[in-house]
Amino acid sequence: MALNIIRAGILSTVQDLGRWGFQRFGVPVGGAMDEFSYRLANVLVGNNEADAAVEITLSGPAFTLSADTLLAVCGGDFEPRVNDERLPRARPVLVKSGAKVDFGRCRRGCRAYLAVSGGFQVEPVMGSRSTFLRGGFGGYQGRALKRGDVLETGETDVTLYPSLRKRLEAGDAAFANPSWAATERVELLAPGPYVIRFTRGKHWDCFDEDALAQFQIGEYRVGTNSDRQGYRLVGPPMPLKVPLDLISEGVTFGTIQVPPDGEPIVLMASRQTTGGYPRLGEVISADLPLLAQLPPGAEMKFQQVTLDQAHALLLEREKDLARMRQAVQLQARQ
Amino acid sequence: MLAEALRAANIRGIRDTVPSFCSLAVHYDPLVLLDDAKGHAAYEVLSGRLTEIVSRVSDVVPKPARTIEIPVCYGGEYGEDIGTLSAAHGLSEPDVIELHSAATYFVGMLGFAPGFPYLAGLDEQLVTPRRATPRPRVPRGSVAIGGEHTGIYPLELPGGWHLIGRTPLTLFDPSRDPPSLLAAGDQVRFVPIAPADFDVLLAEAPWP
Repeated sequence: MALNIIRAGILSTVQDLGRWGFQRFGVPVGGAMDEFSYRLANVLVGNNEADAAVEITLSGPAFTLSADTLLAVCGGDFEPRVNDERLPRARPVLVKSGAKVDFGRCRRGCRAYLAVSGGFQVEPVMGSRSTFLRGGFGGYQGRALKRGDVLETGETDVTLYPSLRKRLEAGDAAFANPSWAATERVELLAPGPYVIRFTRGKHWDCFDEDALAQFQIGEYRVGTNSDRQGYRLVGPPMPLKVPLDLISEGVTFGTIQVPPDGEPIVLMASRQTTGGYPRLGEVISADLPLLAQLPPGAEMKFQQVTLDQAHALLLEREKDLARMRQAVQLQARQ
Repeated sequence: MLAEALRAANIRGIRDTVPSFCSLAVHYDPLVLLDDAKGHAAYEVLSGRLTEIVSRVSDVVPKPARTIEIPVCYGGEYGEDIGTLSAAHGLSEPDVIELHSAATYFVGMLGFAPGFPYLAGLDEQLVTPRRATPRPRVPRGSVAIGGEHTGIYPLELPGGWHLIGRTPLTLFDPSRDPPSLLAAGDQVRFVPIAPADFDVLLAEAPWP
């Protein structure tokens, strides 16, 4: 079973939860930018949450399926189509062998996740199937997908969603889907500025006090030169009280660092393992999926929370996902 | 070292440890910790355990670091900045090679790219600010000087350090375990080799 890629889109890569345990050798973690949507897509097709999915960016791919395939699309809204009909998002969809799936341009958000039952079968490298583009390893041959690629999938679990299977076999439709959908993030439905919460960073007190106040009331825009490695923010500059000469040390997904030009950078999934710029704050894990969906030009505001609040918010998000997982498991038997 | 002690302690919820020159980053999964902390503040519970491990480690005499010899073909097409770098310091090219290969270096951390070592111990006479304009492509295996550090580019990468030589060794191979030739805490010495040796060594152990 496989996807035959007709058109690859701007940046379609195989990703999972990332390559953990090798940062001490300078190997970036990588993995899905919007971990929530990635995991939800896997849940909907009955996968392990760490199974490989395809991350689709801004302009999507087109492909045909070599067998009946159970798939789900979550995250940014690309208005994908099966043959000429809209493919419903955030729910399991059983698509007929030979059908053509075509993702258009992203209308809302910036990245979608395509999961297939059984996951995408690429060789794990250092325990992960995530694509590391700069290093040229992991994922599909260490690179983004290209036209002509054949991306193998695991076996679709035929015991899942028996009613969908019956409907697909009984009719002429190219796909079958349930009427329900999983609850996705609602924040993106509203126009910006989007609120991104953060905790104070190690060098918070080293920044100019007026600038710190401005940081929490001003608006920032996602810069055009933002990517999987980092988001450059355009907005009030963040000067230091006095210049700092720092020794590089470990950084993480969400670290807000400020290079000498004063423009903050938020480190994202494919960040380097260490950094030497002053650290203003850390975006909380619960808000990273939303930040990862903000395209260049989107407006945002920063709101400070405590570490305990950040942990509580993450726990809340996790409970939401757990509830959805339970509900999906019940539906999958029907 | 502390990083090893932490890995040995095998604390549930710790996802990664990243040593650098004077700190150790600990990446943790708050969800696992919150579960184990039973209502207590997760960060405080983890900090408590780490503090306890730190206090034990400081009493342990660190085992002697490994010393790894890195063969380097200096100058010419292998290190095209050696001329400008020696001129900037009023040294001859053989002086630079002598000073660079006489020292024993310490791997302070790996970072920037997979397997890229930041080496401390560079002779003061060789300390050189980074190039004003980074190169878009530095050849794989390049041995270079940036500020007060020397380092080795494990892959072809963009880079702003001054290139003085090149090693045929494979610094990083994703299929090897561990993938990196060097680890933080190692000692490194550079051994000058001739271009012919470079080719022989590369033929014996080709890059993956």
